[in-house]
Amino acid sequence: MNTSRKIRVLIAKPGLDGHDRGAKVVARALRDAGFEVIYTGIRQTPEAIAEAALQEDVDVVGLSILSGAHMALVPKIMRLLRERGMGDVLVLVGGIIPDEDVPKLRAIGVRGVFGPGTLTSDIVAFIRRELGLEDGLDGDHAEEGEGS
Amino acid sequence: MTRARTPEEIDALITAAQEGDRRALARLITLVENEGPAVEAVLQRLYPLTGNAYVIGITGAPGTGKSTLVNAMTREYRSRGLTVGIIAIDPTSPFSGGALLGDRVRMRDLVGDPGVFIRSMATRGSLGGLARATDDVVLLLDAMGFDRILIETVGVGQAEVDIASSAHTVIVVEAPGMGDDIQAIKAGILEIADIFVVNKADREGAERTVMALQAMLGLAPRTMTHHGRRMRVDMPEEARAWVPPIIKTVATRGEGVPELVDAVERHRAYLLESGEFHRREATRVAHELDHILREALLQRLVRRISPARLEATVQQVVARRVDPYTAAAELMRREEEARGEDRGDGGA
Repeated sequence: MNTSRKIRVLIAKPGLDGHDRGAKVVARALRDAGFEVIYTGIRQTPEAIAEAALQEDVDVVGLSILSGAHMALVPKIMRLLRERGMGDVLVLVGGIIPDEDVPKLRAIGVRGVFGPGTLTSDIVAFIRRELGLEDGLDGDHAEEGEGS
Repeated sequence: MTRARTPEEIDALITAAQEGDRRALARLITLVENEGPAVEAVLQRLYPLTGNAYVIGITGAPGTGKSTLVNAMTREYRSRGLTVGIIAIDPTSPFSGGALLGDRVRMRDLVGDPGVFIRSMATRGSLGGLARATDDVVLLLDAMGFDRILIETVGVGQAEVDIASSAHTVIVVEAPGMGDDIQAIKAGILEIADIFVVNKADREGAERTVMALQAMLGLAPRTMTHHGRRMRVDMPEEARAWVPPIIKTVATRGEGVPELVDAVERHRAYLLESGEFHRREATRVAHELDHILREALLQRLVRRISPARLEATVQQVVARRVDPYTAAAELMRREEEARGEDRGDGGA
């Protein structure tokens, strides 16, 4: 039985658009990649997302935004995460993000922006790389002095 | 991600969590859930602070509205001035090891309330409807002063009996139209219920579900006390024993939820007054000790067996050169021998 730490990911949809197909597809793909995915559903406030990320102690927050309100929502979520001591969490944004906004999102700490047509396998690979897990999910977790 | 590992870091986390730092509490839960060497250190420090929370398990088939009920019950408890910790459990995929934890979708009302803490947990290979570290996370939330802890089990509905040893009160949730003969409430599930809930009671068939439950429990005659006290006098012991009530709710609208919470609190009072509470605690602790012992023994055994030997044994069994029982006995025998040698080396 694998008892090593699991990568935990929060998938949330801030704002008012109710289109969650993309978020659900990504959530399922991440589950199939061996992550524990906390799915919070549509129409989440920035406060709710930051608080859920804190309580669930996630490694990754994935935000799906199709409404065009990303420049209003994402900075607020980033600030609320920092206020809760969660500034080190890997934040990804997916959805419809105009090219000129991508550098702005990166500048406030968003590490990955994924538009329509992104392969879910690319998102999985990106998360693994960013978390330093290229060699597979768990790596070697043998305890010291227990070499086999 | 950086994770606290040193004893000093663990101490700092515990202190911070006790002072109300929710981030620290969340990190402690992760430590405990990952079952690393930190678990013992955390629980040794926190155990003296536990024993105050009342633990309520909510189980039932998928689609009966467990998450919505947990949400509504939590609001009711909050209106009564009690704090609530929630553990919502969903299954880990046996194929990928991943999990999709979706119970928060129905609990959004509770976000932002400092008197509520919600944690989603994946089963991580455990069967029986709970996550492997559920009992330890209960202890953590208990130590942090939550008055009530609600555990929502995996919604498979057939084998979720572990909750009976983890919770003080077990609520089994049923809904109309989920199967004419109440398929989900089979042997085992029926026995663990302290309270039955027929949720979605505004739907057609709710009465039929209630009656089916009453028939299965065989308590139709006993529940008619308000019609002229027809309680039978030829069963003095049973008259004092707890009879699981059947409560109708519409969790989405909060209907029946105050009555449900009243029933939970009545059950709590019954357990405390009858001495049953102490017996259940003893059962729970026995279960916990058993679990810890099994894990420790298993870990010790597994660490002693080299992957190469294990693989060779597997291949031998595959090739039908040996049966799995003999192979396991042989592995155990070698482990015992190795332990004997170690003791010889270490002693004197």
